Amino acid sequence: MAKIKGDILVNVERCKGCEVCIAACPSSTIAMSKEVNGKGYHFAMKVNNDCTGCMNCAIVCPDGVITVYRGKISE
Amino acid sequence: MEEPFVKTEIRKDENIVYKRTDLLVDRPLSYCPGCGHGVVHRLLMETLEEMDIQDKTIGVSPVGCSVLAYDFMNIDMLGAAHGRAPALATAIKRLWPDRFVFTYQGDGDLAAIGTAETIHACNRGENFTIIFINNGIYGMTGGQMAPTTLPGMRSSTSPYGRDVQTMGHPLKITELISNLPGVHYVTRQAVHTPSHVRKTKKAIRKALEQQKESKGIAFIEVVSNCNSGWKMTPVQSNKWMEENMFPFYPLGDIKVDGKLVEKKEVTEKA
Amino acid sequence: MGELRLMKGNEAVAEAAIRAGCDGYFGYPITPQSEVMEYLMAEKPHERTGMVVLQAESETASINMLYGAAGTGKMVMTSSSSPGISLMQEGISYMAGAELPAVIVNVVRGGPGLGTIQPSQADYFQAVKGGGHGDYKMIVLAPASVQEMCDHVKLGFDLAFKYRTPVMILSDGAIGQMMEKVVLFDPIPRRTEEELIRQNPWAATGKPKDRKHIIITSLDLDPAGQERVNLKLQAKYREIEKNEILYETLGCEDAEYLFVAFGLSARICQKSMDLARAKGIKVGLFRPVTLFPFPVKAINDLGKKVKGMLVVEMNAGQMIEDVKLSVGCSIKIEHYGRFGGIIPTPDEVVHALETQIIGG
Repeated sequence: MAKIKGDILVNVERCKGCEVCIAACPSSTIAMSKEVNGKGYHFAMKVNNDCTGCMNCAIVCPDGVITVYRGKISE
Repeated sequence: MEEPFVKTEIRKDENIVYKRTDLLVDRPLSYCPGCGHGVVHRLLMETLEEMDIQDKTIGVSPVGCSVLAYDFMNIDMLGAAHGRAPALATAIKRLWPDRFVFTYQGDGDLAAIGTAETIHACNRGENFTIIFINNGIYGMTGGQMAPTTLPGMRSSTSPYGRDVQTMGHPLKITELISNLPGVHYVTRQAVHTPSHVRKTKKAIRKALEQQKESKGIAFIEVVSNCNSGWKMTPVQSNKWMEENMFPFYPLGDIKVDGKLVEKKEVTEKA
Repeated sequence: MGELRLMKGNEAVAEAAIRAGCDGYFGYPITPQSEVMEYLMAEKPHERTGMVVLQAESETASINMLYGAAGTGKMVMTSSSSPGISLMQEGISYMAGAELPAVIVNVVRGGPGLGTIQPSQADYFQAVKGGGHGDYKMIVLAPASVQEMCDHVKLGFDLAFKYRTPVMILSDGAIGQMMEKVVLFDPIPRRTEEELIRQNPWAATGKPKDRKHIIITSLDLDPAGQERVNLKLQAKYREIEKNEILYETLGCEDAEYLFVAFGLSARICQKSMDLARAKGIKVGLFRPVTLFPFPVKAINDLGKKVKGMLVVEMNAGQMIEDVKLSVGCSIKIEHYGRFGGIIPTPDEVVHALETQIIGG
């Protein structure tokens, strides 16, 4: 049976680690990295596969660093 | 940098449902982490893209944090002197009536040094859009008191809190201009949660569409955060904004289709 | 031959703007130049040529309306008088920095401060040395007649677009108010949108898909970049100095002495010249028409031929500095002026020549 799932891709080098996306994510899919990017910011990253592709994180991201995918996967 | 976490089979181009618009120039924004400017820039550019009016749009940027807005918006733009954006936009729109013209201004620019230009452009009923970012502080110059700084709020020039007896009251310029007959649409929005972002985008679309009908000024205030100036984390600043800014600057439509919206307390929580 | 009319200088400026194909005028009333906007409003230029005329809320707004419109390649003009021009200095500096073309007419009145509404030439320094902040120059034209008030508008627009620079017409309350006959040039149609975009590829007119977005600004936060901006401006000013100097000479061939005067003062000096020559004094008149670029070489050449120069200005001695810099210290150069709205009489000027230069 096919199921609708989502995924996100974070532009790690452009993320400034503001954490606004974390508060906006209904599936607790995003957390901050322990590492830092080239600018010295911790960056948003995916920590589970519960993403529904709702786009909330991307919509509130001030730097527009999140690309959102949504599609069917077969189980 | 290698992305360390799980990738699913969904992550392929045909499944993209949201990505940064190409109308934003591909370079890092100069704003602090978590600053609302970036969201408003993106909403504005997304709206121009959806309306397919990139070639018909002329923007005017201010002096303040968004002084370099023209570096990020991939449209023709002019950088105004501090506070003068509505004067520039007035002449541009009058001489290019078929262009979509907007100003993008902060609270110091629009409500202090540019008060005269703002009020008179509004009162003449100029047919452009004003995007007004109100974060109650001067961000670029380092956190000084703004005309919209709340009573008691600390800034580098009101280090013990704004004392209205000596420093004057915060100026609700949005309510002020909403009473002018040349102003057709006034709304106050925010961009710190997904639902607020969606509403702000609708407001921007409505404001730009209005220019086709030459009905007068469309004025969108976005109450925003300044986590650097407020000396908080971005998430804390958004909470502080809800608790302190929104009661004083309530969100919602103030004037629609040339008519003031009936007063009801719209102190919105996220 | 164009149409002959009897007009005030201020009216001639307004009519010339319409005829030059000006797209927009933005101004604020101030004596003694209010006739410019009054004439424009009465003429309904919107019906004649499509030109937009707007009464702004202040001179500050007017000049920034100019900045906005000029940044989109439009041909725009404002006019004011001294206190109003002081308010415009911010915008003029920004326009010079952003390299925007426009014509700004200053119908000068006496100052400082609110001063008086009578004619004066006390804004020479402000106009010629750059009244606003930063290293910039404007082309400055000094009309001495109603005819030149008309002609300098057209010339001003040509130069403004040729060099992408603000141009100031430095007039005074007398030239603005007095009526003279003027031959009006034939109307030039306003540029179409296509012509404007083709002729001004630098202008912010709306970004098509196939070109980079255009940014009109005077800001460059990188000092090296800002130095490049300044070097470019200076190179432009040197080019203007090379190509655009205008002046007029009268009776200089056999002159032993010289009046040097611009605008209204030069008109007075013409009469003084007649009076002096009737007394047997061989005096000529040198009138700079462009105050920037200043006719340095022409004055220097004359400095090698005459015994002395009297610089006559309706101020406390401003252009005399440029005359002295042009000539050097070889001959006697003195200033004669009246201030605060007083116009010197031709007799006074002759007396000054006799006492300060010949007998001095």
